[in-house]
Amino acid sequence: MSEADGHPIEARGLVKRYGHVTAVDRVDLTVEAGCVYGYLGPNGAGKTTSLRMLLGLIRPDEGVARLFGRDPLEQGAAALDGVAGFVEAPRFYPYLSGRRNLELMAALDGGDAGDRIDGALETVDLTDRQGDKVKGYSHGMKQRLGIAAALLRAPRLLLLDEPTTGLDPAGMRDMRVLVRRLADEGMTVLLSSHLMGEVEELCDRVAIVRSGRVIYEGALDALLRSTGQRYRLRTTDDERALAVCRAQAGVTEALGAGEGITFAAEQERTVADLSVALVEAGAAITALVPAAASLEELFFRLTEGDGLVDAASGGNGVVPEKAIR
Amino acid sequence: MSAVAEPAPSATPAATRRRPGIAAIYGWELRKLRAQKRTYLGFGMAALVPILFVVALALRGGGPNDVPFGRYVRETGLAIPPVLLIFGSIWLFPLIVALVAGDIVANEDGNGTLKTILTRSVDRHQVFLAKALAALTYAVAALVLFAGVGLLLGGLRYGLNPLTSLSGTKIPVGRALGLMAAALGAYLLPVIAVASIALLLSTVTRNSAAAIVGTLMISLLLQLIGVISGLEAIKPYLLSTQFDAWQGLLREPADWAPIARATWVCALYALPALAAGLTVFVRRDVAGG
Repeated sequence: MSEADGHPIEARGLVKRYGHVTAVDRVDLTVEAGCVYGYLGPNGAGKTTSLRMLLGLIRPDEGVARLFGRDPLEQGAAALDGVAGFVEAPRFYPYLSGRRNLELMAALDGGDAGDRIDGALETVDLTDRQGDKVKGYSHGMKQRLGIAAALLRAPRLLLLDEPTTGLDPAGMRDMRVLVRRLADEGMTVLLSSHLMGEVEELCDRVAIVRSGRVIYEGALDALLRSTGQRYRLRTTDDERALAVCRAQAGVTEALGAGEGITFAAEQERTVADLSVALVEAGAAITALVPAAASLEELFFRLTEGDGLVDAASGGNGVVPEKAIR
Repeated sequence: MSAVAEPAPSATPAATRRRPGIAAIYGWELRKLRAQKRTYLGFGMAALVPILFVVALALRGGGPNDVPFGRYVRETGLAIPPVLLIFGSIWLFPLIVALVAGDIVANEDGNGTLKTILTRSVDRHQVFLAKALAALTYAVAALVLFAGVGLLLGGLRYGLNPLTSLSGTKIPVGRALGLMAAALGAYLLPVIAVASIALLLSTVTRNSAAAIVGTLMISLLLQLIGVISGLEAIKPYLLSTQFDAWQGLLREPADWAPIARATWVCALYALPALAAGLTVFVRRDVAGG
């Protein structure tokens, strides 16, 4: 693949070790143009280290990362053309004003980046505070200034590392609106996050990482659909109903869940048969609905305990598009 | 951002970007130095010491007769800067230089701004060279300030009369000023070497205090080695010795040998330090912040 038509992000076999700890372990990642890609994992999973390798800030021990077909380690700053973003919290010179910081960034970008300062400040609603020194900015304002600094580069690819961390609810909402809008304008976005709602709201595809390894990679809706075989049931006699569920052929994982019962069934016919059996047993059904798991639920299944085994087996839990052992 | 403004800067493909040169990065390094307190702390020290020296001379009789030009400080203000250069070489100038050169990379590490500038359109070697140039510019400015304030106050207090050279001859004022400028140039050689060491320590330690104290310790250690009996053979090759090379210019005829030696000895200290600093800076992981 030539540089001109390279994927916005393509990483193969990325490995980063710190002493005996493998922070990133053979990570493969492909982000297509126009995609909002969620890079999801608990704290310490290796998300930020991966992003640093993508941006050429740290050297992988193994593997290669390319942005639009260009390797930052081989091509230096030229590889970052059309790429912007920040890793962890965006950092600025505290003794300079917000505008002076952006002027510095624009000077380091070259070209016509300086012409975008006013627009970028307006976009992140910092025009009124542009003259204040950054040391007086709140965390949210620094996050917004980070976005403004990224926009100066007129990026085609935006890498954001937990951009809403530390923001108040209104700030989180506004940041998500902005990211969504940038994506709608055709920008490819890699969003590293541990906030499920954020990823569910914004992303088309996700990679879920645990202990430095990608354990799921695929379309978000496919991941969510993969749990469609689970159901929630409420009856007039849940105790009796639970016994019926457990005795019913084809029904698995029947659990009393506080208010009601959850169970899994591969076939719709099984659910129909169960309905009849419940009525015959004297447990009238008050509610029976498919229970799609939330991303949060799936995330915990994948990242805690032996969720990976369940996922790979294609059992009643997650059926990943690409579960990676 | 509660009201997201219209419209976002474009998401159009970045055209072939005209990259900034080292001059642009250097310009911004100077602006950053201008906005930092430690820059003014260094300049303040460079200005305060000559002031204190001249005030002390004015308040009491006698002078520093045991140093070159010391006995002439009351005859002409032109003798003040040479005496200050001798005093400044012990720890003052290494400290003034290290204050900025030792901080210029480590400060970015501490603030987390290194990752910010290294994800723009500049290469790492450009950033390092711009920082080295900015540190050097600061050192030159501090040195000029140091000598200039001494000359100004000395001239006001004792007048600008011909300077007695180290050979005992009188040097006219105009020529003496030219020789002083050349002497500052020669003094700059070890100053550059000290700045290079500070820059290396700043890059390697990623800690401003460690780099500043480390530079000062190295400087003092080299001076200590210079006074240990039995080690006279290596004294001409110590960095601390090169702080005296400028005195050759104030002899008649001028003695160029110490200047020539200072040039290559200082290069032996400065170039490996700069090369090592550059190598570390270009290859290092930027993992903090």
